[in-house]
Amino acid sequence: MQKNLAITSCPHIRSRKTTQKIMQDVCIALAPAGIAGIVYFGARAAAIIAISVVTCVLAELVYEKMMNQRVTIGDWSAVVTGLLLAYNLPSTVPLWIPIIGGIIAIVLVKMLFGGIGSNFMNPALTARAVLFVSWGGLMGTYPITRYMADTVSAATPLAVLATDSASVSLVDLMIGNCPGVLGETCKLAILAGGIFLIARDVLDWKIPACFIGSAFLLFLLTSGFNFDYAVKEIFAGSLMLGAIFMATDYATSPQSNLGRVIFGVGCGLILFIIRAYANYPEGCSFSILFMNILTPLIDRYTAPKYFGEVKQHG
Amino acid sequence: MADQKKSSFISVFLNGLITENPTFTLMLGMCPTLGVTTAAMNGVSMGLATTFVLVCSNLFISLLRNIIPDKVRIPAYIVVIASFVTMIDLFMQAFLPELRAVLGTYIQLIVVNCIIFARAESFAAKNPPLLSIADGLGMGLGFTCSITLLSMVRELFGSGSIFGLRIMPEGYLPMAIMNQVPGGFITLGLMMILVNVIKKYASARKEEKLA
Repeated sequence: MQKNLAITSCPHIRSRKTTQKIMQDVCIALAPAGIAGIVYFGARAAAIIAISVVTCVLAELVYEKMMNQRVTIGDWSAVVTGLLLAYNLPSTVPLWIPIIGGIIAIVLVKMLFGGIGSNFMNPALTARAVLFVSWGGLMGTYPITRYMADTVSAATPLAVLATDSASVSLVDLMIGNCPGVLGETCKLAILAGGIFLIARDVLDWKIPACFIGSAFLLFLLTSGFNFDYAVKEIFAGSLMLGAIFMATDYATSPQSNLGRVIFGVGCGLILFIIRAYANYPEGCSFSILFMNILTPLIDRYTAPKYFGEVKQHG
Repeated sequence: MADQKKSSFISVFLNGLITENPTFTLMLGMCPTLGVTTAAMNGVSMGLATTFVLVCSNLFISLLRNIIPDKVRIPAYIVVIASFVTMIDLFMQAFLPELRAVLGTYIQLIVVNCIIFARAESFAAKNPPLLSIADGLGMGLGFTCSITLLSMVRELFGSGSIFGLRIMPEGYLPMAIMNQVPGGFITLGLMMILVNVIKKYASARKEEKLA
């Protein structure tokens, strides 16, 4: 019975926007950043992307076969998870890292909690966090790109920014010619993908705008209105990638407009705190994960009031 | 009569060990379960220390169950439990100082371990001494088995060994998260799934046999 009838809540509006179409759009939007990663970090980046995507899709397939569930790999969401996971890995990690990460993302974070739409944290980011805590040495070493002089030390732009913001070139940050994980470096490609998704009405601009905006304001205020520094801070690290592609995950971000604003500002605030005061150089993934956990709470307090609605315990 | 007593002793013991396993079914004593299970040896010793306290406190509370006034029963239980915890703590400091250093404050925290309170309140306070001992043994060993199992898995992935014996090949890079609290939560959750699957399978088999 359950297999034949799709039971959904109202409104029952027919739409051409299926999960599959949305996820394919996200894949298209992610493509430029991936291509930039391959250009900067070579064939190994391509291998990591391929392994990560294949692992995620296979993990979902095998899990659903084992549990006698409907196979849902046709909705492309596992592909998106695989891409995002790969984009969050440095290109120098051993090839078993994306395999373990893919299994953690799909089985532990997504399928065990009920599959697509039921996970309470972003699968790719959670997998990255687990990998980062487990093998910090492998995950925290960022290679330099192929177009950088060998003499340049491999410190990430974030590490350099903290001490000497003038020596970081904004152009390099924009085109991606700086050390980092393989999908985060080229900000132009990421921004292009984001604009494509907003134009296709797949993505709501409020979360990325509030996330990046609040982080920018905080860096501007605390640096004594050092405009140059604040701009570089938001173009460094994985803030762009996280704000556009990972904070906006449907299942783990709030539904209402106000909720999305709170979510975005919260992410920006936590990112700022981690970058400015904590031991970790980059706080993007942890800020998003933290707000993921708060999402049900935000949803609860920002639920829209319908006209004529009566207070429940009034 | 004697036979009946014996069988109820065993059934109470098995109830604690398997049916109502404190870790996987009652979900009691989560603090030491997550805190000390990074190495198999820690799991065993923590479990045995808890078992000792549990058996002794169950016995004494059961003996005193008609004397302790209802209104002050919690302080009375704490006095009994704390005495045995102090004994085991001093014993470990004297004879097993290295282990005591590893387990540290978790030994003293047995005083507020909810397994011990739960069994005192829900079992020992209502049942005769012999059965209370059976319950203490069952619950204690059930706790010991589950946290030993848990710590074996965590030690295997977190350090590549079990009971200090190297299992994983030379090139294995330890998964450091297993030595931290999140790894404990993840392992506990996965093992609970496994236990529930086995239980479901077993009860299905039982029904098949009956039918």
